[in-house]
Amino acid sequence: MTRRVAVTGIGVICALGRDRAEFWDALAAGRCGIAPLTLVDRAALRFENAAEVRDHRASDYFDEKEAAQLDRFAQFALIAAREAVGDAGMVFDDALRESSAVVTGSCVGGKSTEDEEFRGLYEQKKTRFPPLIIPRVMANAGASRISLEYGITGPVYTVSTACSSANHAIGQAFWMVRSGSAEAAIAGGSEAPFSLGLLKAWEAMRVVSPDTCRPFSKDRRGLILGEGAAMLVLEPLERARSRGAKIYGEIRGFGMSSDAHHLTQPSAAGAVRAMRAALCDALLAPEAIGYVNAHGTGTPANDPTEVEALRAVFGGTPLVSSTKSMHGHALGAAGAIEAAATLLALKNGLIPPTANFTEPDPACDLDVVANVARKLEIEYALSNSFAFGGLNAVLAFSR
Amino acid sequence: MSQELAAELFQRVAQVIARTQHIPPESIAVDSTFEQLKIDSLDGINILFAIEGEFDIDIPDEDARQIRSVREMVEGIEKLLAAKQLK
Repeated sequence: MTRRVAVTGIGVICALGRDRAEFWDALAAGRCGIAPLTLVDRAALRFENAAEVRDHRASDYFDEKEAAQLDRFAQFALIAAREAVGDAGMVFDDALRESSAVVTGSCVGGKSTEDEEFRGLYEQKKTRFPPLIIPRVMANAGASRISLEYGITGPVYTVSTACSSANHAIGQAFWMVRSGSAEAAIAGGSEAPFSLGLLKAWEAMRVVSPDTCRPFSKDRRGLILGEGAAMLVLEPLERARSRGAKIYGEIRGFGMSSDAHHLTQPSAAGAVRAMRAALCDALLAPEAIGYVNAHGTGTPANDPTEVEALRAVFGGTPLVSSTKSMHGHALGAAGAIEAAATLLALKNGLIPPTANFTEPDPACDLDVVANVARKLEIEYALSNSFAFGGLNAVLAFSR
Repeated sequence: MSQELAAELFQRVAQVIARTQHIPPESIAVDSTFEQLKIDSLDGINILFAIEGEFDIDIPDEDARQIRSVREMVEGIEKLLAAKQLK
């Protein structure tokens, strides 16, 4: 059985807004969500900016007991899932509960809980730990909490492939719905990486920008870390049509590859194979693609390698932009936030820009939709995610 | 910086690189490039980390990216050490 797979619900929380509407307004306006770090003491770090979810209060969404059980990253997962399911108007009756899936991506899980609680052991010499640490820290906390919320008893799991986590998660969920092994799915990713320990580790990688994120720009200085979540509701197109659901677009294909090249240095060959695999899975020719939401981290290494890969896959390259310039690099949530951006771009006929762009780089010589969104009706788009460890995952969408 | 001091600095840098890369110190010459020593980007940040510890200095990311040889590394450290003494 091969079915077409529609996206009927989108939920987002990230530096650009607390919901889908705020998120899209910011993307359309080219507004950047990068600002000085508030969640962690900046004085201890060599970089000072981040794309945080501002003024997040668990009590706006959860009762005290629920909030205590959930790390920030799992809260984001559930907030985005609630918005997506509400948006889709999806009612999980008994039959649908059993046949639905939840697949989430997360790179680091409940890192801030871990960081905070382990200080108790190492600094304050505490001898006992509260029992909620393990369920807060586990990377599947978001997926499990979503499953509990809706009583979903089908396949529920979490994928952790660093910065490709969410694309791998959405791709797997897409394949399950397409093949008939799931009747519907909630899929996406969530991340909340702002703990001092993890930020010091990122600092040591020497890839975080000391100012802002300028993908493809000659004066780019690195990535900016972000946080948040996005969740999509997937269901067969026929089902969506028959129940009269609003349809954002379809997921048409999914491709993955491994570089088997280097732990951290990207390879154009691996990216090329993942994009081609997605096109092949979608039964699309490269010429059909009108827009690529790039991985586009803004590091000196990623951007020219990605451009080289795009040039190899596409003759005349489509429009390319990196929305990470606005919502930052949300690691295991990145692919999901960018899937939401891509679907909304297709639906609204407006390509979100690469913000903070100042100067063209001959090594990144593409139309990157600099700074200002562009009106354009397009049929098909790709969204790229390439992870440390050389793991690549690409999704193909249509409107 | 006197030649003696420069030679001593090179020796310390070579020791750090040898230790970090798990290679014999005598395989490292002042004119060795990172490419010749098979030092890739991840090895490079690992060496920078060890160098910062050895000399108690902070090497800014963007200066670090320009360094492609042992000589450039030694010269960079010289500058940072001189700046530190001025403080």
